[in-house]
Formats: sequence, C-alpha cells, structure tokens
Amino acid sequence: MGMTMTQKILASHAGLETVQAGQLILASLDLVLGNDITSPVAIKEFSKLNKEGVFDKEKVTMVMDHFAPNKDIKAAEQCKMCRDFCGEKEVVHFYDVGKMGIEHALLPEQGLVTSGNVVIGADSHTCTYGALGAFSTGVGSTDMACGMAIGKAWFKVPSAIKFNLTGKLRKYVSGKDVILHIIGKIGVDGALYRSMEFTGEGLSSLSMADRLCIANMAIEAGAKNGIFEVDDITLEYVKSHGAKEPTVYKADEDAVYDEVIDINLSEIEPTVSFPHLPENAKTFKEIGDIAINQVVIGSCTNGRLEDLQESAEIMKGKKCADGVRVIVIPATQQIYLDAMEQGLLKIFIESGAIVSTPTCGPCLGGHMGILTKGERAVATTNRNFVGRMGHVESEVYLASPAVAAASAITGKISSPWEVMNYEV
Amino acid sequence: MKYEGKVIKYGDNVDTDVIIPARYLNTSDHAELASHCMEDLDKTFVTRVQQGDIITAGFNFGCGSSREHAPIAIKASGISLVIAKSFARIFYRNSINIGLAIVECPEAVDGISEGDKLEADMDNGIIRNLTTGKEYKTAPFPEFVQKIIENGGLINSIAEGIIK
Repeated sequence: MGMTMTQKILASHAGLETVQAGQLILASLDLVLGNDITSPVAIKEFSKLNKEGVFDKEKVTMVMDHFAPNKDIKAAEQCKMCRDFCGEKEVVHFYDVGKMGIEHALLPEQGLVTSGNVVIGADSHTCTYGALGAFSTGVGSTDMACGMAIGKAWFKVPSAIKFNLTGKLRKYVSGKDVILHIIGKIGVDGALYRSMEFTGEGLSSLSMADRLCIANMAIEAGAKNGIFEVDDITLEYVKSHGAKEPTVYKADEDAVYDEVIDINLSEIEPTVSFPHLPENAKTFKEIGDIAINQVVIGSCTNGRLEDLQESAEIMKGKKCADGVRVIVIPATQQIYLDAMEQGLLKIFIESGAIVSTPTCGPCLGGHMGILTKGERAVATTNRNFVGRMGHVESEVYLASPAVAAASAITGKISSPWEVMNYEV
Repeated sequence: MKYEGKVIKYGDNVDTDVIIPARYLNTSDHAELASHCMEDLDKTFVTRVQQGDIITAGFNFGCGSSREHAPIAIKASGISLVIAKSFARIFYRNSINIGLAIVECPEAVDGISEGDKLEADMDNGIIRNLTTGKEYKTAPFPEFVQKIIENGGLINSIAEGIIK
C-alpha cells in the first residue's frame, strides 16, 4: 500500500521500509525545540533522567520569545533557567534577546530545518515547518525532555487529508485567508490526529510566507501536521537560508487518503474568523460594521517580511483610525532590519502604529497589547479563544495582514479590496 | 486502575487557554497552576473540585496550545480521570506522558450528568454511572501506551530503560 509524504518521512526516521496509519513507532529526531514557557517544565523533567548532556548539542534549540523581553520577574526566572541549562549543556542554538525572534519564523530563517526532517517542538505551532516538506509537530514538555535526552519520540502514524490546490490567489488575498477558509470548511477538529497534505498545481503560486502561514495553522484544524509537497520554491528557500541538504519525499501514486479536498485559490476571498473559534470564518458579504480597539500585525503566523510589506502597502500615506491602537511586531531581528531598510517601519510609525521588538507577546495574552473587558482586536495571530488576548470578555478576530492593515485605517473590520478600491 | 469520583461536566472545544490562561504560565509550580485551573471557563471549579473528581467533556478537549501546564493543572487539582468525546492530540499525548488518566467515550459523556458519581475500571474498560446505574464500555489503550502509563509516564519509562 502506498504511503503519504508524512508516512514516508516517519518510516525513514523509524528505520522501517513502510508504516501504516495507526502504527505506533519510535522515530529519530532532527531537531528538538522549546521556548521560554515550555522549556522550564522540560528542563525539570530532563533532570530526572540522570543524563549528563543532550543527545546532540546541534539538534536542540531554545528560543526566548513568549514572555521575552522578560515581562516580569517570574518570566525572567524562566528565561534564566533556559539560559543556564543551554550554557551548561553547551546547546549551540540558544536564542536570547538580541538574537531571538518568534520561534517558527526564526528556525526556517536560520536554516535549522530542511526538507525531510522530523522536528518536534514544545509549542503547538511547530507544525509550521511542514511548509519546507518536513514532518514537524507540536508536543508537550515531557516529550521535549525525552527528545533532548534520547533524540527520539513516539508517534502514532497519522492518516491524511489531501488538499489539492488549483488556481492562483487574487491581490490582497494570502495564505492566511486560505487556511481560515479551510478551517471554516472542516472545523477546529476537522483534521484531528491526521496530516494535512498540500499539493496540486496551485502550489507554484504560493510564496514560502504563504505556505509557512498555512502549515502554521494546521493545528487549528486539530491536525498532527501540515505538510507541503517540495518544489523549486522550497528548495530555493532551503538553500538560500543555509539549511542542510534537503531530502525530498513525495507521496506514492497509490497513497491512501481519508479525504481529498479541492481548493481553488482563485475563489478565496479576504476571510475573518470570528470569536471564539478559528472555524468561525466569514467573508465580507457576511460582515457588517464591527468597530475595533486594537490591531495586531505579527506572530509566528504572520510576522514575516511579506506580511509587513503587504500591510505597509495598504497603510502607506494613511493614518490609523482614531481610537485604534495598532501594534506591528516583526517576527525576527532579520525581518525587523529588512523592514527598516525597506522603509516599512517609517510607514507604520507615520501612520500612527507602533513597532515592537520580536515577541509572541499579545498573541497569547502575555504582554505588549492586552485587551480589557469589551475590547475588540483584529489580529493576524492564530487563536481567538475566550480570553486569548486578555480579558475573558474581550474579542479577537483573526485575519490576514491585508485585512488587519485595512481595518487599522478604517477603525472597523474592513476588506483590503474596499480600502484599496480594488476591482475584483 | 480504578477511579471513583463525582462528575464535573463541560462542553466541546475546551481549549488549553481556558484550562490554564497564559497569564499564569510564568510559573511551572503545580500547586500554583492548579489554583487557576479552568479559571476563564468556570470560576467555581477550584472551589468545588475534590480529590478524585472526574471531568467529562465533549469533542476536542484540550485543543490549542501545547502547554503541558494544562494537564498538570488538572491533575494537580485532584482530578483523577478525564472522559471526553475526543481529545486534541497534543493534550492527549501530554496526559499520557505525565500520567493523567484520560479516555474517549462519547456514549458515556452523553449519558452522564454534572454531579453524577462514577466508577471507572480502566483495566477492563468499564465506566459505571453509580447515580443512574448505567454502564459504558471503552477501548483499552494500545499496549505501547499502556506500558508508559503503567510505568508512571514517559520519563520513568526512559529512566528505567523501557524506551531507549
């Protein structure tokens, strides 16, 4: 029986010729990731194993991004614990303030992941690297601890849903609209325990930023991983970021899928997910006047250079609406620098937005833009659960950078097509 | 393993942000996490939960963030077992890895009400509702997973050389 992309990667990392959906395997890991929230729990668990060091100093990475720069004393203690551990164990890829960025934007940028890798991360959005044709999935801190110790993790081999992409995205429509559309279609548990495999002729029109964004939110459909077929765009990205030699796994012709879903990219419209689930996706035909208090452009989902470029194009020469606080967060130091050199930061600041150092901050209600009772935000982040960005009676509307930028200007949830007078 | 306790019942898509809000993730202290468990969904949980109580919930319990603080907070609150229609996958493996007993059983969830007394015999996969007298069957854990749970979680399994 044929195997999916994910099954082939898992088989090779488990030393098996073939695997089948449902099979439990122990797979070797190419990278183990943690952040400043999940790593302290993992470090405590690791200490119970009486291991002198980590399995491979090059294959463990910790990124201080959630509550960093340290938001309070306790957060400072957690970062210190990670810093001390990485120092003691000589972990090569430790990213502290000054070097860090939001983990899932940072790792591909730094060339730490390549096609065909198996990656676990104690962060649910670790599924992002599926954009590179890697199997990568979020786990908890105990898995991270064991991964750091023995370089292996147990997995139940997933079955898969195949997404056959055709067509081409229209202007001001991006990967975010695609994934919100898909989650709206299949639901927040529509891909539970399964892989989402993206393929088809439509792939060639999707940038790496689009793909990283789509794979990033596979978890919001409950998926174990999201993965893209590797093409020239992937290989060029991997090469230009100095990643290790890629291994390309293609699904077998006779691979078995639970479902095949056709997505015509040409039909996707700017899409917004309403509180309090990412599956509450609506297009502008269904959206009335909804006034907002805050806009967040950033996160592991949409804090990449392309996201900032698209936002800046819409905000250029315009002013943010009165009463709307607009927070732009480049996801890494490199993106920050590139945005500065391209004049994007000037556009944001002149429009009345603020630009923050890289941090997950407001996305998870940590710091740098918390909402109070009754406030509404349009955010390019990934979750709109109750209380996600602050008070339990605040609301988060998930959207693309283009929608967020358009909304910043009008002060209500707005379509970039309308704000830019774009004829569809 | 046998569990006996009173039921605290929730609905679908209970996410890890409401189980333990991120504003409390600046600590990994179990008791402190437990003191905020379920805070954004049910402020009464921490005051009424008793040692051994059982949570029942709908589909996709534990969706969202990978924070292991969520099953830790539930376990440290005294909850002995979580029965749901389905679990989000990271929460599912985190629970196994830290030794929090969880089981999927949609029929039981539909037939159990808030406050019912339950007895769950997980060796034989039987859930008994002592309040109504009804009985439900569940599937046993796969052997590999059973081994991890029997050895008190993943860390012990590795420490004792069961997983190499």
